[in-house]
Amino acid sequence: MKSYFSELFTGAWSLILGLKVTIKALVSPIVTVQYPREKIVVTPNYRGHIDLIKFADTGAHKCISCGSCMRECPSDCIVVEGEKREGVKGKVLTIFTLDFTKCSLCGACVEVCPTKALDYSNEYELAGSTREQFHFDLLKRVEERE
Amino acid sequence: METFYSILPELIRIVVCAVCGAVIVFGNALVMGYAERKLAGHIMLRPGPMEVGPHGIYQLVIDGLKLMGKQLVVPAKADPLLFRFAPLLAFAPVFVPLLVLPFSEKIQGFDLDIGLLVILALASINLLAILIGGWASNNKYSLFGVFRAVSQNVAYEIPMLLSLLAVVFMTNSFSLKAVVAAQSPVWFIVIQPLAFLIYLVSIVAETNRAPFDLPEAESELTAGFHTEYSGMSFSLFVLAEYANMFIVSSVATVFFLGGSSGIPLPYFEYSGIIWFMLKVYSLMFFLVWIRWTYPRTRFDQLMNFCWKYLIPFALVNLLITVVMVKLL
Repeated sequence: MKSYFSELFTGAWSLILGLKVTIKALVSPIVTVQYPREKIVVTPNYRGHIDLIKFADTGAHKCISCGSCMRECPSDCIVVEGEKREGVKGKVLTIFTLDFTKCSLCGACVEVCPTKALDYSNEYELAGSTREQFHFDLLKRVEERE
Repeated sequence: METFYSILPELIRIVVCAVCGAVIVFGNALVMGYAERKLAGHIMLRPGPMEVGPHGIYQLVIDGLKLMGKQLVVPAKADPLLFRFAPLLAFAPVFVPLLVLPFSEKIQGFDLDIGLLVILALASINLLAILIGGWASNNKYSLFGVFRAVSQNVAYEIPMLLSLLAVVFMTNSFSLKAVVAAQSPVWFIVIQPLAFLIYLVSIVAETNRAPFDLPEAESELTAGFHTEYSGMSFSLFVLAEYANMFIVSSVATVFFLGGSSGIPLPYFEYSGIIWFMLKVYSLMFFLVWIRWTYPRTRFDQLMNFCWKYLIPFALVNLLITVVMVKLL
């Protein structure tokens, strides 16, 4: 008989506490981000696919076309080509492509780069309908970037 | 012709009442459907419907159009006649209780001496519709949903009636207008708090809503009794559920919260409807609130709670009421 009433009162009290929790949630601000219209700021530490850095002092990338990244890549997804030009010291970069369908985001290319010309991008909206959309031309990307 | 002219005002009254009833049923479903999803969203810290119209206010209109456009699939092994009949049986009786409800002193369809009995009798037809629908679907989930619905509704109708009966003993009338009139100094929630509490718990079970939504428990029974229903026949069940919520909340308002009484406004015979609706929708908000707070009960817990707690308490409450009425 005693447990009959104590169960009733403890049960009712826990129900009231439950109502308190949800009414607090009802009046607190929503946390959902309405994605296409609102976006959260991506942390700078985010490791997306690699990108050539555009340096502010020269306004250009620092790639010397040495091909270390191409050799280091375990997935063979980087292609780097350079050519000698008249009056220019060293090689000039002509092709730098990344086949992102094969990239495993290991970062070996960024580690090995002798001029620190590579970095991870903050690109995360990577949905596509064709395979070719993920063959990135990093040279074109760095030239188009402001 | 003479008799026609003599009954003409009454006929017009019936037509107007029926139209107003339909407006309430559909309007209520629109408002509650939107409010339920919006409140559910905000309780879960998400915005709810946001895409159609500002803050998604046209969502229910679009949903209604979609449901109307859908094919009405009748399963091959189902009973074709009863299967089509069940949603109509669920939906049609919800209009009649609206005719009896006293929305304000002057806004009332018909003031019947047996108003409460009419409401309770027609409200329990909904259960019959669920039974027919679930049986005719010829689906094991539907059948299990119906088992649960029937045992649950039969059990919870008892404390519901007993708690209302305590008020009826005090007012000595089944007429809803008389019950409202009897609460002019104090509302019956003050005199009969236990009866109000018991009624509130029973209506959650009667309308098959969480935490007592075992007849349509998604995790066990897909959708319970309306598993096989699609399109408009499904939405008639939903419309009936929301209309039943409105009716039981209105009965709670009439019996415990003083009906349309409140701070007087100009033209209070008519404007009392504002207070009435405010009370009804506060109760419905409470029903939505508890739906998104509590997890679903187990079936034995549900029945134990009714037979071990609600019915004894309702009986004791009724007994005390009768003795007090006799003594005072």
